[in-house]
Amino acid sequence: MLAPGTPVRVRDDWPEARGPCHIRTPHYLRGRQGTVVRHLGAFRNPEDLAFARPAPTLALYHVAFEPRTIWPDAGGDEILVELYENWLEAA
Amino acid sequence: MSQNESARAHHDMGGVPKFLCEPIDTGTHTLTQFDREVDAIRGILGAKGVMSVDELRRGIEAIPEAEYARLTYYQRWIRSIAGNLLARGVISEAELRAAVEQI
Amino acid sequence: MNALTEAPSERLLAGLKHLLAAKGIATEEEIAARVAQTDRASPAQGARMVAHAWTDPEYRALLLRDGAQAAEAMGIAMGGLPPLGVLENTEETHNLVVCTLCSCYPRAVLGYPPFWFKSPGYRARAIRDPRGVLAEFGTMLPDRKRIRVVDSTADYRWMVLPQRPAGTEGWNADRLAALLREGDMIGVTVPSAAPSS
Repeated sequence: MLAPGTPVRVRDDWPEARGPCHIRTPHYLRGRQGTVVRHLGAFRNPEDLAFARPAPTLALYHVAFEPRTIWPDAGGDEILVELYENWLEAA
Repeated sequence: MSQNESARAHHDMGGVPKFLCEPIDTGTHTLTQFDREVDAIRGILGAKGVMSVDELRRGIEAIPEAEYARLTYYQRWIRSIAGNLLARGVISEAELRAAVEQI
Repeated sequence: MNALTEAPSERLLAGLKHLLAAKGIATEEEIAARVAQTDRASPAQGARMVAHAWTDPEYRALLLRDGAQAAEAMGIAMGGLPPLGVLENTEETHNLVVCTLCSCYPRAVLGYPPFWFKSPGYRARAIRDPRGVLAEFGTMLPDRKRIRVVDSTADYRWMVLPQRPAGTEGWNADRLAALLREGDMIGVTVPSAAPSS
């Protein structure tokens, strides 16, 4: 399990370009670096549930991002997003 | 950083330039009876394990962009629900065609 | 998707209701009962939770630790519903909730999501231009206040615990609850002791 404070990178992957899919990782975070804030629990993978397929359980994390690393004109100070472990890699 | 932003799905709207100048209608909009019934049917189908919220979302996301923009929120839902019930074989095309035409 | 799903929406609903009833999946009565049940959830429930948290430190701790348990403690049924997370506004940080992918909303405690929460303008802008969005709701925060935007992407639903407004010392929970609007618990507005216009 990833401890709070762990730096992570969101996979720079674009399944939408390959065919029908359902993903809960917003496009603006792909390839971005953030920091784990908390572990939120374990939940079944929505990418499989959306197709009524057997869905493995994944760890879900709250990950914080610096908005200006995503958009230079961003007006907030932190973006906090729920992300499943299969989208996170070591930064 | 990412070269593939053009691959973004149309429902994935966070920070998207085309909406950045769009004012927000902060007014109160009352739901119609249609809206409430569609919402209730989704709730029942979820509670009974007939169809998950993830399947609802996938069905909504599959609506082509122009249609997605034109339809109201619950019009998207009823399309997704119908598509999912057909795909799962809960109802057949012939049944749905007959039911829609009769009414 | 199947072309049949492009039938006019009202006809599609009527046809599906007919088929679901015929197959014993959802009767007219079940649908009516579900509508009535969903209509009962309203921002007044979230407001009661917030007001209770403002007046009872133990409840406040529970609310921040486990929102669903805190909702249950106020008599709100949370069984089978997504977990509820609660983020606290402080002197330093203001929280704003958005769902950029669809419209995930803490329905169990606030009711149906409002129209603006589902709109492309809100979904696109809140994450990138939160101060601009807040201004449209008439909300001006001091420049020194940090803004955290929470994109509700997955299995939780998020509610904001606003700061108790000045000038409400000695008020009981009922009077405090009456101050709160739904937007206060999403972070587009902040409660005030002054009568709202």
